[in-house]
Amino acid sequence: MHLDEVAKRVRRDVIQMIMHSQSGHPGGALGAAELLSVLYFKTMRHRPEEPNWEGRDQFVLSNGHICSAMYSCLARSGYFNTQELLTFRKINSRLQGHPSRHDLPGVETASGPLGQGLSIANGMALGMRLAGIDRKVYCLVGDGEMQEGQIWEACMTSPQYKLNNLVLIVSWNDIQIDGTVTQVKNLDPLSTKLEAFGWHVLKIDGHDISDIETAFAEADRIKNKPTAIIAKTILGKGVSYMENKSEWHGKAPSIEESLRALKEIGTSEFQADLVAE
Amino acid sequence: MALESGRDGFGKALLELGETNSKVVALSADLTESIRAHWFAEKYPHRFFQMGVAEQDMIGTSAGLALSGFIPFATTFAVFAAQRAQEQIRMAVCYNRSNVKIAVSHGGLTVGEDGATHQGLEDIAVMRVLPEMTVLVPADSEEARLATLAAAEWDGPVYLRLGRTPTPVVTENADPFQIGKARILAEGNDVTIVACGIMVNAALQAREMLEKEGVAARVLDMHTIKPLDQEALLKAAVETKCMVTAEEHSVIGGLGGAVTEFLSAEQPIPILRVGTQDTFGESGTPDELLEKYHLTPDAIKKACQKVVQSK
Ligand SMILES: Cc1ncc(C[n+]2csc(CCOP(=O)(O)OP(=O)(O)O)c2C)c(N)n1
Repeated sequence: MHLDEVAKRVRRDVIQMIMHSQSGHPGGALGAAELLSVLYFKTMRHRPEEPNWEGRDQFVLSNGHICSAMYSCLARSGYFNTQELLTFRKINSRLQGHPSRHDLPGVETASGPLGQGLSIANGMALGMRLAGIDRKVYCLVGDGEMQEGQIWEACMTSPQYKLNNLVLIVSWNDIQIDGTVTQVKNLDPLSTKLEAFGWHVLKIDGHDISDIETAFAEADRIKNKPTAIIAKTILGKGVSYMENKSEWHGKAPSIEESLRALKEIGTSEFQADLVAE
Repeated sequence: MALESGRDGFGKALLELGETNSKVVALSADLTESIRAHWFAEKYPHRFFQMGVAEQDMIGTSAGLALSGFIPFATTFAVFAAQRAQEQIRMAVCYNRSNVKIAVSHGGLTVGEDGATHQGLEDIAVMRVLPEMTVLVPADSEEARLATLAAAEWDGPVYLRLGRTPTPVVTENADPFQIGKARILAEGNDVTIVACGIMVNAALQAREMLEKEGVAARVLDMHTIKPLDQEALLKAAVETKCMVTAEEHSVIGGLGGAVTEFLSAEQPIPILRVGTQDTFGESGTPDELLEKYHLTPDAIKKACQKVVQSK
């Protein structure tokens, strides 16, 4: 399946999961569909049948609220049955509202409290290096999330230890809960800031599959520095009434709205395995 | 007798672990020598990570290392780990069940001249309340050494609270050290003193004073605040029928909190708590501070006399 189709499938899963539980964060999840699809179905080496395989690349979802998209990728790559996606956010589910490492195979760390992921990813990258394992850690953060102080502590740690086995991806959609990032607490110029901190910085279109693939390939060639990819994304991408609207950061669409969303997303593959009534 | 601090015992054990356990690594937040991690850092530089003045980042990085199979000892002062980075400890360490050991010095008033900002008096409470967390407060340098070795073997998060000030070794002849098992340092059936940290020594002195007055006090070294040794507490409650807890920490939420919570449900008896009374500390010498805030053998003795009356 072409990665564009994979990303559409992620979007359909996200909408169906959130519709089913009538709770969740569709905006950021829809916006990260291409990034996660490339990671899970192209770039990362991993073994769903052996989640703790030592030779795997690791993914840290720092902005844990968009976990519906990660759960879709985990299920679709075989970590668990796709039917389980419909238990998202429900009682007794392994698919917690924010990721729980202890409950679900394939989740490398808990997340949700913003700002923590990059530190954890740094620790994993240091651990890989110490164990002599030549693999990578990919860490996704939101742009609003970068207002957290801990992120900047961690942004100093990665270059200090020359973690070229670490890739930071910023989902730059300029939206957070209370408005645009520019209004709430401006981050720009982010690339200049990260460069000043010692990062190799790339700016890409976060919905362009080949842009994303090229950026990960370039990160593989960088020595002595960590790479940060600033990916321009659209909150709610693929669902016209959600796009660029901060109210869709953390609100579930009604059944009727969901059906409209599913229709708009479209996909060549019929998802008989995930039918919500 | 040569005096040594808890942090000295920790530093020695960490150095031993460098030799015996290749999974052990250490992290510091610009206080390497203060917590005595410098011996390890000098000998095992590739297993030592200087994180700078960034405790929240240090905790997260430790969690990542633990999730990669290492046994990190994250080191700083009590206030800066337990309180500055509490939420990081909650999620990255405890909720993840990551095998991180948080080793802190400067627990308690005996930090001394640095004053209230640096005196950890609420740290046991905020660590004890976390699911999955084990909390150790050794009595002296030798017990700190044993607790450090045991923490490295223990599977799961540990908070290891150490003192700054040198004190005598009082656990030389005690039973073998085991996490979750109180050490009975003295027998007696009139009252039990349950103590941790440097207050174990004060408890033993209080016991001698009480003995002269015909009161036989049992002394429990409760080096593990969580999981509590329920068996030893129940036995003491049944046999001595009253108790005093003593800790270099607030009476709210620490050892006294843990003991009273447990016994009020299982074996209600009169219990008095010696500790700081919901207050910050201040600058002064360690001895002056212990005196002013009533963390002395005499304070424990008086509490014992009072609690015995209410049996
Ligand atoms: C430490 C912390 N503070 C607050 C929140 C609540 N919260 C969840 S998402 C969010 C906004 C995040 O914005 P951004 O990273 O841009 O994510 P996006 O809106 O793009 O999904 C906030 C404030 C949180 N999860 N963690």
